[in-house]
Amino acid sequence: MSIVGKSEIRLDAFDKATGRTKYYEDRMPAGTLYARIRHSEIAHGFVKSVDTSEAEKIKGVVRVLTCFDAPEIDFPTAGHPWSMDPGHQDVADRRLLNTHVRYYGDDVAVVIAEDEVSAAQGVRAIKVEYETLPFVLDVQKAMEDGAPQLHEGYPNNILKHTSIRKGDYAAAITEPGLIKVEGWYDTPTVQHCHIENHGCFAYEENGRITVVSSTQIPHIVRRVVGQAIGRPWADVQIIKPYIGGGFGNKQDALYEPLCAWCSTKVGGRPVRIDCSREETFVSNRVRHAIRFHIVSWIRPDGSMAARKVDLYSNQGAYASHGHSIVAKAMGSFPQLYPCDNMECDAYTVYTNIPAAGAMRGYGMPQASFANDSNIEECAHAVQMDPVEYRNKYIMPLGFEDGFSKNVNYYDSHRECLEKGKELIGYDEKIKEFAKDTGDIRRGIGCASFWYNTAVWPIALETSSNRMLLNLDGTVTMQCGETEIGQGADTAFAQMAAEAIGLRSYKDVRIVSCQDTDTTPTGLGAYASRQTYVAGFSIRQTAEILRSKIFAYAEKLTRQSVDNMDIRDGNVVRKNDGKVLISLKELAMTAQYNPDDSEHITAESTFTIKNNAYSFGCTFAEVEVDIPMCKVTVKNIVNVHDCGNLINPALAEAQVHGGMSMAIGYGLSEQLLFDPKTGKPLNNNLLDYKLSTVMDHPDLEAAFIENPEPTSVFGTKALGEPPACSGAPAIRNAIYNATGVALHKLPMNPHNLYAAFTEAGLIRDEWQEG
Amino acid sequence: MYDMKALYEAESVEHAIRLRLEHPEAQIIAGGSDVLVQMREGKRAGKELISIYGIDAMRGISIDEEENIRIGSLTSFSHITRDPIIQKYINVLGEAVDMVGGPQIRNIGTIGGNTCNGVTSADSASTLHAWEAIVELSGKNGVRRLPIKDFYIRAGQVDIRVEDGEIQTAILIPKASYENTFGHYIKYAMRNAMDIATLGCSVNVRLSPDKKTVERARIAYGVAGPVPMRAPSAEAVANGAEISKEMIDRFGLAVLDDINPRDSWRASKAFRQHIAVEMAKRCLFESIRLAGGEL
Repeated sequence: MSIVGKSEIRLDAFDKATGRTKYYEDRMPAGTLYARIRHSEIAHGFVKSVDTSEAEKIKGVVRVLTCFDAPEIDFPTAGHPWSMDPGHQDVADRRLLNTHVRYYGDDVAVVIAEDEVSAAQGVRAIKVEYETLPFVLDVQKAMEDGAPQLHEGYPNNILKHTSIRKGDYAAAITEPGLIKVEGWYDTPTVQHCHIENHGCFAYEENGRITVVSSTQIPHIVRRVVGQAIGRPWADVQIIKPYIGGGFGNKQDALYEPLCAWCSTKVGGRPVRIDCSREETFVSNRVRHAIRFHIVSWIRPDGSMAARKVDLYSNQGAYASHGHSIVAKAMGSFPQLYPCDNMECDAYTVYTNIPAAGAMRGYGMPQASFANDSNIEECAHAVQMDPVEYRNKYIMPLGFEDGFSKNVNYYDSHRECLEKGKELIGYDEKIKEFAKDTGDIRRGIGCASFWYNTAVWPIALETSSNRMLLNLDGTVTMQCGETEIGQGADTAFAQMAAEAIGLRSYKDVRIVSCQDTDTTPTGLGAYASRQTYVAGFSIRQTAEILRSKIFAYAEKLTRQSVDNMDIRDGNVVRKNDGKVLISLKELAMTAQYNPDDSEHITAESTFTIKNNAYSFGCTFAEVEVDIPMCKVTVKNIVNVHDCGNLINPALAEAQVHGGMSMAIGYGLSEQLLFDPKTGKPLNNNLLDYKLSTVMDHPDLEAAFIENPEPTSVFGTKALGEPPACSGAPAIRNAIYNATGVALHKLPMNPHNLYAAFTEAGLIRDEWQEG
Repeated sequence: MYDMKALYEAESVEHAIRLRLEHPEAQIIAGGSDVLVQMREGKRAGKELISIYGIDAMRGISIDEEENIRIGSLTSFSHITRDPIIQKYINVLGEAVDMVGGPQIRNIGTIGGNTCNGVTSADSASTLHAWEAIVELSGKNGVRRLPIKDFYIRAGQVDIRVEDGEIQTAILIPKASYENTFGHYIKYAMRNAMDIATLGCSVNVRLSPDKKTVERARIAYGVAGPVPMRAPSAEAVANGAEISKEMIDRFGLAVLDDINPRDSWRASKAFRQHIAVEMAKRCLFESIRLAGGEL
């Protein structure tokens, strides 16, 4: 291999750096109308009436639509592949606008106007009358008998409950001499905070409806829009231009269905919906807050005799991705630190907060915090070095998961831990920091994480690809997999150039924009799947293209196709490397041959029936200012075994982004709700403490490149894994520095003040008595 | 696109006063980093605006004939931080305003806007209180000067007489305040940039010639009450006191007699009290160190 494995410059770098890249707003037709949404101002209740008369009087307002106008169609929104088995289809509990509002910020009415200001004035002029109902924000309170019920058919608000039973937990805990290590671990509601808020515009043309959207999943959104507005799916065209990030929020149908419906209500005129940042926080999707209860029974040597894990996942008001997230979180427990006797129960529960959906890591940042916090406490309980404990009890080499068929082909965890330890200088620092006893103390900690690649066998894994040979010998390629800022297009181009035999990845002209009318069907950016799954269809399609090129070349060169290869953009004779014909000459000849013209193209679909483990760890070094209740991350290192790197620079950037997300998750981010009203309190980037570059040390990314045997290019997941283990590593470093084991994220000054006071590290005499 | 009814642009202080008298309902706008945000949120939607941003005479820092440091109200935060007069006499003010938002906000935001907003969390406010700044207001009746503590009436409200067409034109630091004085500011926030203060504390001292005694100590807080405030009990502990670790501890505890932070979802009262004590101690320690004192 020569083209993959290189830190090539992104294909979109020049346009993005010079501001030429076109996002959905840059493609807006002239005269597009603005739609603004009126959101509910109660957490739970029924809309009794909506008075639109004042709004309709405002100059510029074209149409006001309310929840009483919306079709009574329940639809699902999750960005999952469609399942032909009704039992595996996503829960359909959503409407375009709602008479039964279930969270503060639910969608009640929409004003369509000629301009932004008139639309905003219209929204303010609408009068909504509610019948209020009691509401519930806490996941476990929502499960209690008598709690307010959000949806029919889900007693105690439980959307789903699944379990894992392994061995005999009850019998195992009777073993004499066991040490019980028990804890509750709480993770907060956070939001993706991608730079570009979600937005879209829709219009009707020739009896069909087109939506141009900032989405990660155009083909899936086509289906959801069809379902939601009651039109055949093929009536809908989704166009996905460049987008400014998504992190899973846009792995959901957001406002595309409402926008499409609005256009149909104004004669098919183009209508835009642009979410404000405030709306993005509340009326899109959030990360599930999951509360864990872990009881570990360990022997004096630290080995795990039995383990019980309960997971309570706060779904918010609508199902979205639903139980999939906590199910993935639960599934990691028997694998990461295997134990013969386990009882795990996961609950996904409706509450009156914004709907939780997919977010980078899909349950694993939560699971990693809980699991590696508890594991750290296990190491302490038997007075073992925490890294040594992990080395001893983490997933062994050769471990095989019966469900996914994943195999731990290499001793990835131990290799990553070893490398992380070395890079951060663990052995020296842990000794040095133990001497700190003053107000300011340093500490070091680590955490490992479990991840996998793509979604097989839970759901369909498919990838389609189209290539066509251009007259200049380059290749145009369309993928169903989407560029969402991560650099996917560049990686695909490198793989395609390699597979075809082109000179450079720049000779692959990738069509970045997906258009469901013309792009081969793909599922989109999620589950850290794209580089892995696209590899299969890229190789397969390249082989088809190559065989067509060889067939035509045989006619021109008399040489046997069996003795042909493509190297550096030329068809060569395999045996001696002699250039038979350049791809350019071949393409021109094939196109303009008066006797035998051919437009050389290839297209194929690959159904992937594999998955792949992707493992790693974080080491963090902190300085804790105890009186000020502040933690500074001084050093942080992530180590990943994600197989072979297609583009090391892009891989490194991917890890940096995830580490930044993990630092925010660990130390500062949390979406808050007023307990009295359910109103979101901090749905803006001032009050929601997304971490900034000033809150980070240099972020260090390191890799172990063990080639993944099931993968075409030896690669596996890297999109989400970097966001998983940072928070627990910081938590364990604080534990090391202060002796205080924190059980709640974020580890912000408020929570540290409470924990340090409880531990006696802070004594405010004036607060006592 | 902002929902504004009209925009009047003042070309001089006199013009601004005239516009204000003609349009008493209008909102004054300088850099716009507060007003436009509020307008976007709908709070000031549909209002008339009078922009004073083009009045260059209100920009810049100088020493006036009375030896006051004169800071024009339109002077931006980044300008203040880099100004040699500020760096020489009251560097802490430059440091404090360098903690506002991010670089773009510091280029557009003005010290006049920061104070006229009347918010307790303004990064300039605690330092201006601790250095007993004088606010200069210009109106149809001429110039009015008042101590900054009197300028703040209550949360969000300052003493500007709209009926007289007043606008704030400058902030002055008298020589008696800045001479031989050294100070330190701590902004306590939840992150290191792009944040609003959970609590701000500004302390300054003048030491005796032998550097053993505190001649004068002043301390002011932002977010310890509805408006920025001094902590006189703490000042009383330090004034005339010999420098010692024990004195600094007493100074810190004494602020609890003065401050009145509230419980809110942003921070609890107990937490704000806790960090107020710690910040007072650290600010005093650092101020003494800057003034050449030893501990």
